[in-house]
Amino acid sequence: MISPCLRPKVTLLSEELVDKIIAEGLALMDKVGLLVENAAARKLLQDAGARVEERSQRVYFPQSLVEACLKTAPAKVFLFDRQGEKSFTVGEDEVHFNPGSAAVTILDSKSRVLRPPVTADLVNFIRLTELMSHLDFQSTSLISSDVPQAMADSYRLFICLQYSSKPIVTGTFRVESFEVMKDLLVAVRGNEEQLRQKPLAIFDACPSPPLKWSHLTSQSLIDAARLGQPSELISMGLTGATSPVTITGTLVQHVAENLSGLVITQLAKPGAPVIFGGSPASFDMRKGTTPMGAMETMMIDMASAQIGKRLGLPTHAYMALSDSKTLDYQAGIETTAGAILAALAGVNVVSGPGMLAFESAQSLEKLVIDDAVCGQAQRLIQGIAQRDEPMALSIFEKEGPLPNFLTLAHTRQWYRKEHTYFPLIDRDSYDAWVAAGQKDLAQRAKETVENLLASQPPNLLPEKKRKELRAIMEREAKRHGLSQLPLKEEV
Amino acid sequence: MDKERILALMTQAIIEGDQTEAVRLAQEALSLRLDPTEVIERGYVPGIQKVGELWEKGDYFLPELITSAEAMKAAMAVLDPELKRGIYATKSMGKIVIGTVEGDIHDIGKNIVASMLQASGFEVYDLGADVKLEKFWQKAEEVQADVIGLSALLTTTMVGQKRFLEMLAERQLTGRFKVIVGGAPVTAEWAQRIGADGYAENAVAAVRLVKELLSQKTGRKTP
Repeated sequence: MISPCLRPKVTLLSEELVDKIIAEGLALMDKVGLLVENAAARKLLQDAGARVEERSQRVYFPQSLVEACLKTAPAKVFLFDRQGEKSFTVGEDEVHFNPGSAAVTILDSKSRVLRPPVTADLVNFIRLTELMSHLDFQSTSLISSDVPQAMADSYRLFICLQYSSKPIVTGTFRVESFEVMKDLLVAVRGNEEQLRQKPLAIFDACPSPPLKWSHLTSQSLIDAARLGQPSELISMGLTGATSPVTITGTLVQHVAENLSGLVITQLAKPGAPVIFGGSPASFDMRKGTTPMGAMETMMIDMASAQIGKRLGLPTHAYMALSDSKTLDYQAGIETTAGAILAALAGVNVVSGPGMLAFESAQSLEKLVIDDAVCGQAQRLIQGIAQRDEPMALSIFEKEGPLPNFLTLAHTRQWYRKEHTYFPLIDRDSYDAWVAAGQKDLAQRAKETVENLLASQPPNLLPEKKRKELRAIMEREAKRHGLSQLPLKEEV
Repeated sequence: MDKERILALMTQAIIEGDQTEAVRLAQEALSLRLDPTEVIERGYVPGIQKVGELWEKGDYFLPELITSAEAMKAAMAVLDPELKRGIYATKSMGKIVIGTVEGDIHDIGKNIVASMLQASGFEVYDLGADVKLEKFWQKAEEVQADVIGLSALLTTTMVGQKRFLEMLAERQLTGRFKVIVGGAPVTAEWAQRIGADGYAENAVAAVRLVKELLSQKTGRKTP
C-alpha cells in the first residue's frame, strides 16, 4: 500500500486564538465601525441593515450581516489565461506566486541604482515574467513614468495584456480608470459575459489603516464584483503606527478591515469572487519604515492566511520580497524565507517576487532569481511522496548489494520528479566555477535576463486584438493630453 | 522644593516621557513664580536634548522619542500663557511651516519631525497632509516664518518639492525662507539638485539642521 503524501504545513495560531481574533474583529466592526468614504458603498450597506452615520461616514456592521456575506463569498476563485484555456484555482492550499505590484522604481541593470521605470522596462519585466515557470500570474508590476500619472494604472494593464498570457494582479489608482481597464479586459475576452465566465484579472483594493475604506478602493470593490473579477482585500496595518503594536491586535484590525471590504463586494454582487489578503508590516520603530522582510511581518501574513482559511476564503499575502536595495545576501534571506513560509502557510496568491526596498522597487535580475526560489518553495510543499512499494528492498534484491544506481531504470523513472534543477543556482565544482569566470548570482542573473530577452520572442496578443487595445489606450492617452503612446506598435 | 531640584525633575520627566509629571512640574513652577524662560531652558530643554542624544546613540526608538516630545509640548503649553504675558525676556527659536505636499496623504514622518521641532522650542505651523503648494508660502508669509519644510513619501509627489522651489523663484521669494525637504524617497542629493537649503535623515537630525540654518540666517547662536 502506498501511503498518501503529507502536504507540509505550518500554522502559527491555535484554533482557539483564531476564533477569538475573528470574534474580536467582528466586535470591532460592530462597535467602532469603519469609515466608508464612498456614498454608493454606504447606500449598499445601509440597505442591507448596517447602521450608517452619514455625517461622519461611519458604518457599523452588525455581525449577522457579516456572517451572511461570508456565506455567499466563494471558497475558491478561478482565473483563466489570456486565451481562456488554462485555468487556475485560487483556494484550498494551492500556492501561486506573482511579482509584487506597482513599484515606483526599477533597479537599473547597469548602474545598479533605483530609477523611475519607463515603458521599455515594463515590457521587459512582463516578458520575463511570462517566461518564469514558477510565477503563475503577472502583476502590473511597475508604474511607467513616461505616461501621465492619471493613466499610469490602465497603461500597465494594457502592456501586460499585449505581452503576456498569464492572469494579472492589478488595481486602480483612480475611480475613472476602472472603465478603461474593463474595456481592455473585455476586448481580450470578446465580450463582458465571457470575461465574467473566465476572470482574467484580480483587482487589489487596500483599506487605509486604521479602519477606513477610501472612495477609490470601495468603488473598485463594487466595480470588480459587478464585472465578476476577484477583488483582493489588502489590509496593511503597520504595527504600532497605524494598527496596534501587538501581532494579535493588528490581526483583529486586519479582520475588521478585510471583512468590511468583503461585505461591500457581496452586497454589490452576491457570490462575487473575493480574496482575503494583506500587506501588513512590522513597523520599524527606529527608521520609521515598513519592512516586508521582517520575520514578524511574515508571521502576521501567515496568521492572516490561517484566519482566511478558517473563514473559508481564498488567501493572499505580500511575501517573498526584500527590503534590501540591491541584489545581496539580505535580498536572498528575506525573499527565500518569505517564499518558503508562504508556501508552508498555504497562501494562495503570493505577491512579492522581484521586489526590493519595501515594495517600492522591482528588479529584472531579482525576478529570475526569485523564480528559482519560488520553484524550490513549490517543491518543498509537494512533500515527500512514497513512490513505490517496497521503496528500496526490491532494488537490492534484484541488483545485488552494490547496484549501479545511475543506470537503473528506477533512477530515470523518478529523478526528475523527486529532484529539481535550477540552472541559475550554482552547483558547479570550484574549478568549474572559476573556469566559467567566477560569476556571482547577480552576474549570472544579469546574463540570464539578457539571454532570455534576446532569444525568446514575446508572447503577443493576436494582431487584431492588439489594435483594439491600442485604440482604447490611445483614446485614454488623448484624454490626458498625450498625443502618442510611448509603446511602439509590434510588427 | 528648591528650584534646582525642580529643574532636575523636569529634565528627568522629559527623558522618561512622563507627560503627567512634566505638566505637574510646570504648574508647580508657575505657582512658585519661577521664571518660565529659565524653567524651559534649564529644566525641559536639557531633557529633550538628552532624548536626542539617546536617539542618536540608538538607545531610544520612535515610541520613546515621540512620547518625550509630547511630554515637552504639554509642559510648554502650561508655561505658554505666562510667557505670553511678556514680563519675562523671551527669544523665539524660529518659526517653521511644515506639511506633506499635494497628492500625498502620508504624514507619519512629517508628524514626527513637527513634534520634535515643537518640542525643541520652535513655533511650528503644521499644515497637515496633501497640502497645495501655494498654501506653504502663503502661510509662511502670514506668520513670517523662517523655515518651510516639505515632506513627500512618494517618488511621484516628490516633484512637488521641486515645483515649490520653482514657484518661490517665480515669485522672487528665493532666499526669503529657508526651505528644507524630507521623506522616504528624498536624499541629500535630491535636495541639492532642486536647490533646497537642507535635508535631514530623521527628526533629530532635522532639529539640528533647522538650528544650523537659522544661526546662518541670523548670525545668532542658538542653544
